[in-house]
Amino acid sequence: MGGLLTETFIASLLFGAVTVGIPLLLAGLGEQISEKAGVLNIGIEGMMLMGAYGGFVAAYYSESFWLGFLAGGVSGMAVAALMVLFCVLLGMNQIVIGIALTIGAEGLTALLHHFQFSRSYPRLSEVPTLDIAGLSDIPVIGPALFERHPLVYLAIVLVVAIAWLFRRSHIGLNLQAAGDHPAALDAAGIDVKLTRSLAVLATGLLAGIGGAFMADVGAGLFVPFMTHGAGFIAIVLAMLARGKPLWVLLGAALFGASLALTTALQVAGLNIPTDIVQMLPFAMVIVVLVLFARHSYLPPALGLPYHRGER
Amino acid sequence: MIFSTLRVVVPIVLALVAGGLILLALGKDPLAYYDFVVQRGLLSWSGLQQTIIRSAPLLLIAAGLIVAFRAGIWNLGVDGQFLLAAVASAALAPLLIAALPSWLTIVICCAVSVLVAMSWSLVPAFLKTQYGLNEIITTLMMTFLGISFANVLIKLPFNDPDNTVPQTMTLPVADRLGRLFDTTIHGGIIIALVAVLITHFVMTRTAFGLRLQIVGANPRAAKHAGLNVGRLTYATFALSAGLAGLGGAVEILGVWGTMRADWNPAYGLLVVPLVFLARFNGIAVIALTLFFAILMIGGESASRRLGVPNFYVLVLVALLLIFLALVEYLDHLSRRRKKA
Amino acid sequence: MTPAAGRAPAVALRGITKRFPGVLANDAISLALHGGEVHALLGENGAGKSTLIGILAGMLQPDEGHIEIAGARVRINSPHHSLRLRIGTVFQHVLLVNSLTVIENLMLGGAWWRRHDRRAALGRFGEISQLLGVDIDPHVPAGRLSLGQQQQVEIIRALWHGGNVLVLDEPTSMLTPQGVEELGGVMRRLAEEGVAIVFVTHKLREAYAFGDRISVLRRGRLVGGIAPERLRAMGEEEATNEIIRLMFEDSDGADAKTLVREGHGRRARAEFDRSGPAAIGLENVVTAAAPGECALGGVSFSVRPGEVFGIAGVDGNGQKHLAELLAGQRPALSGTIEVGGQPAGPGGVAARRRLGVRYISDERLGEATVAGHSVATNLVLKEIGAPPYWRDGMTQWRRIFSHARHVIEEHDIRTPSEHTLLGRLSGGNIQKLLLAREISTDASVVIFNKPTHGLDLHNTRLARQRIVKSAESGIATIVISTELDELLELCHRIGVMFAGELRGIVDNQAGAEARIGRLMTGAKAA
Repeated sequence: MGGLLTETFIASLLFGAVTVGIPLLLAGLGEQISEKAGVLNIGIEGMMLMGAYGGFVAAYYSESFWLGFLAGGVSGMAVAALMVLFCVLLGMNQIVIGIALTIGAEGLTALLHHFQFSRSYPRLSEVPTLDIAGLSDIPVIGPALFERHPLVYLAIVLVVAIAWLFRRSHIGLNLQAAGDHPAALDAAGIDVKLTRSLAVLATGLLAGIGGAFMADVGAGLFVPFMTHGAGFIAIVLAMLARGKPLWVLLGAALFGASLALTTALQVAGLNIPTDIVQMLPFAMVIVVLVLFARHSYLPPALGLPYHRGER
Repeated sequence: MIFSTLRVVVPIVLALVAGGLILLALGKDPLAYYDFVVQRGLLSWSGLQQTIIRSAPLLLIAAGLIVAFRAGIWNLGVDGQFLLAAVASAALAPLLIAALPSWLTIVICCAVSVLVAMSWSLVPAFLKTQYGLNEIITTLMMTFLGISFANVLIKLPFNDPDNTVPQTMTLPVADRLGRLFDTTIHGGIIIALVAVLITHFVMTRTAFGLRLQIVGANPRAAKHAGLNVGRLTYATFALSAGLAGLGGAVEILGVWGTMRADWNPAYGLLVVPLVFLARFNGIAVIALTLFFAILMIGGESASRRLGVPNFYVLVLVALLLIFLALVEYLDHLSRRRKKA
Repeated sequence: MTPAAGRAPAVALRGITKRFPGVLANDAISLALHGGEVHALLGENGAGKSTLIGILAGMLQPDEGHIEIAGARVRINSPHHSLRLRIGTVFQHVLLVNSLTVIENLMLGGAWWRRHDRRAALGRFGEISQLLGVDIDPHVPAGRLSLGQQQQVEIIRALWHGGNVLVLDEPTSMLTPQGVEELGGVMRRLAEEGVAIVFVTHKLREAYAFGDRISVLRRGRLVGGIAPERLRAMGEEEATNEIIRLMFEDSDGADAKTLVREGHGRRARAEFDRSGPAAIGLENVVTAAAPGECALGGVSFSVRPGEVFGIAGVDGNGQKHLAELLAGQRPALSGTIEVGGQPAGPGGVAARRRLGVRYISDERLGEATVAGHSVATNLVLKEIGAPPYWRDGMTQWRRIFSHARHVIEEHDIRTPSEHTLLGRLSGGNIQKLLLAREISTDASVVIFNKPTHGLDLHNTRLARQRIVKSAESGIATIVISTELDELLELCHRIGVMFAGELRGIVDNQAGAEARIGRLMTGAKAA
């Protein structure tokens, strides 16, 4: 009995950690790109939420998870496009606009949801999975890690891809320069605003897909305010990862596990009030910040608009 | 003067128009909606009383944000500070009232709530002064933590066993904050108005207020001028959180008498654009808060009667912030051109 | 060495005019830049040099006129375009990304979808390094290089795509005298390779020493120049007089004389009591280092009332820490500070001010003032809470404003009113405000950090007069500056900072300049 209890517990914890961790990972990677380029993207919570809504609507009507993720990414990018317009191109206050976009996405998605689904609360069908031959048969770990929607594996591949881009490609250098010393990038003949715009759009894309994953795979439905601070946790992940995508992965796994603990404990038959367990990830963020804040790194030009010829 | 009034009015009008277009797109008549809001929030006697009652916590939160923003601190954690302070009052008042007169109960509850809110802001203040960590993130995290923590407190240690819904014990109506004259309006509005006026006075007319403003405008200049930036940052967090906490206490002691689990009005982020619109001026904040309270109270009845959920207020707030930033930006542009 | 006359210039500017709101920055300027020639472009602050460079570098577009490259008319649309036209620019402010390595900085600017080719870049780096005769590790983060090395990296970058034209904007302002010599060598070698070099400076001596041809800008106009043949035939004295005539012909004579003195003479300094007790003394003071800062590692010196003590050294060798330490903004880890014979104690700025110590920061907008507050508030910035402008913590705004009106009039601060936001004032007027705020009758020690940095000639002269006057009134005066000429003009003794230490203290007599120059490179005093 005891052995079974721990086995189901670990299995559901791992399964939940991946489910909850993937949106954090995607958003964290996205935020990292923005921050590297010098844009503090407080609006990422709104991008995730819009992605969750768009992703759910598309998946619901098309009955395709892939179209759902695509729509989620596009929805996130739509919010990001506003951020680009106001903050990167016009140079308006990144914090005010970020808050506005988050509040706006909260209100708009809740309104739209109210008019469309508040009577039916529809759910999506079961998540299609791709079993990785050989690995999916491993007990406990197999079903949790290797019998998942293909996007899960893609997200992991993305970590490596982004790490490579940061280290080896011109875009990595350009992003770094845009956040560290934008005038230097400009002098090197690269358009700073374009670089930052692309970075913010990439953030919107990733955060939107993350949100869509949260709605389509994680919950199977859309609930207003469902991101519940995941975007802000992603900002913390990016801040502590010091520009290293692998650290975002590690952080996302850790926070994913702590968020998944509620369900895992309930599956294991332990009834700890959900509120206590819901405190866990945020308490962890605070503890991590208190312990490691001195190691966090943000680029010097973060949050500052760039205009050629101004210093 | 006309110019500065325009800078307040233009974003509001633009936000209302853009919001109206969204309503139209959703198949609702915006004119009917706004008309209903004004009728219910301002022109009906019971609605007006509710509007004034609602203004009390909003004003106290606004006062807290004025202190924070003038000092350059983005305290976006007012909601968490508000909630935990509310829990403190809700838990304490029914116990104290058994032994103490109601005025003393209220004074003690307010004081404890303020202290609770202040201590909830300690962590972000510490991280800011010690490691220069951005307070936006930390205060938001503390709010998420606070929402759950408030629920834990209500459901476990402070739960009223006689009630099926998880909530604290109830302060009898007679022992709550006194009513003004023959109305349903409680004395909290007086506390709130006095708090805003004092805040305004302190920020503009005292050495302490100027010190906070210098720290906010240019922390390096503050250090250069010999100001203790760290201590002033703690003071800012404490005052800002304390005022928001007083708002929580007033709302519980004046309106509800008890606190239910999952009660989270989330006024904090809604007040942010008002304080910006008012350019951190306490007098202007009072007028704008009243306007906003009308919108909220009217909007709440509209959600029941017209089927436009209250989430619409969130959309309005977002639009308000965007147009505010836009007007500010255009103003900046034209001033640069004029300077030339 | 100089090009044959008649060959088309590498770049020709034809009637370039650029207007900014309210200013005519460039007024119909025509210039020819020839390969193999160092073209010195001379002018004081605000003469239009930076605008002209901005246009060459593609940062700005001229309103009128055009540019020709090898005889063909072109329009330089962007910095990228400028580089493609083989015009390399080294700006006055370092434009390197500190967190990237040298070689990564040099690879910056490639098409973003491509992976970068480190090996090819290293090959090119080797080639150009050899050409310039410099030796830099390409794998070190740019932020760890000295300013001179960073400048060399910028020159390498400017030549990366086969530079035809190299524009150097005030390249000597951050360098030691030896560094300046080295730069001169680099420019000479490049000119011999046929590169056209534009050497922008406001220093007459450097223009004469390194230029093959000199052009002078004044108030946006090209007011004249000296062609290579004439320049070679002239002696330094003759050339200097000619240039001064061009630069200042009908302007304030006193300003021109200041400039002449820079080249020739020194002000006779008032004597002070060399046997009396020191007004301020430091003994073996050490400060805590933070990343990216140069801390103090055991500094000792003392200054007597009426003495002007200079601190020389290349920027970033601990001057900022020293100034902040003296002002009370920064605590000492160890060592003692005495003011007026008494230990100054650990108290902060307020305590130090009570002892009569005043500090005029070099960052007028970044640190010394609050741009978004009024002139009046800025005048009492360091007295918040103290009488008579505050009573029981209440602000006496009427008093503050009347005080401000008084100061504005007495010190000729040009501002619309005392309510005007400080950020709207010009640099010269902000400096006047700071001098008025800090130098008062109860001051005993005043620290000036780069007091004339970024000021025009007129305001430079005013600031220097004020320093001399305050010293003559018996104030112990400490002047921190990277302009050696300024220190030689003002100071009795000059200490040289290097890597957070005072490498030596030199009496300001004949031969001082050479000794200071040696100490600035880190050599120990003999």
